Amino acid sequence: MGIFEYAPAPESRALANLKPSYRPFINGEFTDGSGEPLKTVNPATEEVLAEVGTASQSDVDTAVKAARKAYEKTWRPMPGAERAKYLFRIARLIQERSRELAVLETLDNGKPIKESRDSDLPTVAAHFFYHAGWADKLEYAGYGPDPRPLGVAGQIIPWNFPLLMLAWKIAPALATGNTVVLKPAETTPLTALVFAEICQQAELPPGVVNILPGAGDVGARLVNHEDIDKIAFTGSTEVGKEIQRQVAGTPKRLTLELGGKAANIVFDDAPLDQAVEGIVNGIFFNQGHVCCAGSRLLAQESIVDELLDRLRYRVSTLRLGDPLDKNTDVGAINSADQLSKIRDLVETGEAEGAHRWTSPCPVPERGFFFAPTVFSDVHQSMRIAREEIFGPVLSVLTFRTPDEAVAKANNTPYGLSAGIWTEKGSRILSIANRLRAGVVWANTFNRFDPAAPFGGYQESGFGREGGRIGLEAYLDV
Amino acid sequence: MSDRISVAKTYKLYIGGKFPRSESGRVYPVNDTKGKFLANAAHASRKDVRDAVSAARKAFPGWSSATAYNRGQVLYRVAEMLEGRREQFVAEVTASEGTRKAPSIVDAAIDRWVWYAGWTDKIASVLGAANPVAGPYFSFTVPEPTGVVGVLAPQKSSLLGLVSVLAPVLATGCTAVMVSSAERPLPAITLSEVLATSDLPGGVANILTGYAAELGPWLASHGDVNAIDPTGAEDRAALAREAAGTVKRVLSVPAEEPDWTQRPDIARLRRYLEAKTVWHPMGV
Repeated sequence: MGIFEYAPAPESRALANLKPSYRPFINGEFTDGSGEPLKTVNPATEEVLAEVGTASQSDVDTAVKAARKAYEKTWRPMPGAERAKYLFRIARLIQERSRELAVLETLDNGKPIKESRDSDLPTVAAHFFYHAGWADKLEYAGYGPDPRPLGVAGQIIPWNFPLLMLAWKIAPALATGNTVVLKPAETTPLTALVFAEICQQAELPPGVVNILPGAGDVGARLVNHEDIDKIAFTGSTEVGKEIQRQVAGTPKRLTLELGGKAANIVFDDAPLDQAVEGIVNGIFFNQGHVCCAGSRLLAQESIVDELLDRLRYRVSTLRLGDPLDKNTDVGAINSADQLSKIRDLVETGEAEGAHRWTSPCPVPERGFFFAPTVFSDVHQSMRIAREEIFGPVLSVLTFRTPDEAVAKANNTPYGLSAGIWTEKGSRILSIANRLRAGVVWANTFNRFDPAAPFGGYQESGFGREGGRIGLEAYLDV
Repeated sequence: MSDRISVAKTYKLYIGGKFPRSESGRVYPVNDTKGKFLANAAHASRKDVRDAVSAARKAFPGWSSATAYNRGQVLYRVAEMLEGRREQFVAEVTASEGTRKAPSIVDAAIDRWVWYAGWTDKIASVLGAANPVAGPYFSFTVPEPTGVVGVLAPQKSSLLGLVSVLAPVLATGCTAVMVSSAERPLPAITLSEVLATSDLPGGVANILTGYAAELGPWLASHGDVNAIDPTGAEDRAALAREAAGTVKRVLSVPAEEPDWTQRPDIARLRRYLEAKTVWHPMGV
């Protein structure tokens, strides 16, 4: 017990307008999917939240047909200025219903309400707002005077930022004149289906957006569907490679946003308190369920002890628990499966000889929780230094020279993001230049904006989301 | 007419700035379009591919971090050297392709090289951006070379096609391992002699003569190759499947060889570039 204890400050669960059942959204209507219904669970309590209808193969066919028809008859012929107004409407409706969506996201995903409310939802609305403005300006995007859409896009998104990943997929696709069939993750389908309701409220023409909940088989059906022109996938590198294999030799376009093992490099001249905040944000934001998480801390040898002391103290003050509590910093792990993956890798870290420190914070008895953990004395050969843990687990390595820092940072098949902490501007620019990563945060971490392209090098995937450059993923150029 | 016996050229591979024979010791005969013997070309092997990839990887840090202005000058120098060998290229293209248009093809190839040479210090301003993010941050995006590119050169267009697929790789700051046309490899080897006598650092471009069907899969599955141009391959689907094992960038190319005389757009440059976004807080 600290001197100043927090009183619970729970957000009202009623705001989510949770319904007992949700259904797939095809051709502008909610329809009973003919797949096996799934039950989505609140990972913080292990209670079933709702039953969700899923798509069978014939539902996928129906949705693709609807998307094709909408593409040919409505969406592609529509002037960009009109498409833009639908997207603006959607952006506004998201803003209006953002409290409801934030609470629902937190219930379904387990992330702290302060993150879904202050980070996910504002960024979702911003993404639609930004891309709405592009719809009638595509001739200025640098792809020629009349860049054409691709057609029907099949989109498969992960469970870590359910609605935000939906926005990253749907907003640019619609702005450029494509129609979409999107599969939300099996464990987090709810906000996507409320988004479908928003499409209805915006009077979006039927078939432009179709949402098909389900498991990997629905994704596989999309990937192999002959009438889909484009696949966009965010998820694990393993599945990404399989999708790339499936799409090989077909005319389908593909963009992949896959895993990462980002290095967060702290030099001896870095402002340590700020760096500690950045490290914490880098790995414990969203329980570490972030593909660009700063999961490898590279600390200059001369400061590693002091940095670790301050870091452990700061991490021990993080409040873990009820995601709906407005004071909660670290929420629930999204699923029992993910929790067991994290536990396995953490056990491996101990077995391989790294030094484990775990926050002494109380852990709720029910629900899927994992206390923030910091491994020191980590070597590059250890699995916890090489593999994506996708949880609140930080691996700390050291370096002596800038060259060594760059070499260690780049010693990975991934290349999504990286961090640099130093007061020296010329060093930032030089290191940023040499890091093989698609996003480099200097003296900050985990910043996202619809105007800033995001995406990976190497096995973190290809294609970018956001900015003028992100439009290319949905244009025939 | 003199009775002098001419000195015939031995055509070899170009790896790491040197001209080795294939480590396999293999050669294959190259004929002109009428079936007359022209030369024996080195028949590159899997091991030659691996040597070339390792040379290209070694050359990547230097070439990719050279200033864009410097890369432009080096590539322009290549065009100067091409011009100097114009007659030799005309003879080889005539023999390889059996065309009467060789002079204009060679001219177009030289001009194509100059076009790409001029892109080195402009592409970043065309594809990069200052990102107007909603917060107190300076955020900018720059294109950077993706790494080592495996290129299966067109089978028909032995010089203009070859230049059209190689020059964009080098202009972006990537390094290349290229497999030439199997039946028409002579202009490729003469091009490598041009590269060796210009200021292009050894290993930046590596040129192998041999068969795309044999060498392509090794390039596509090699863990140190970042991107593949399958233009000269027959079974592109198989190559693309191999490439998926390491999430390579695979250039989408038309089913038939395009008309290389058409002026290209910047699609090839874009495919070999990665966008890197850098953020820094603003404050005092």
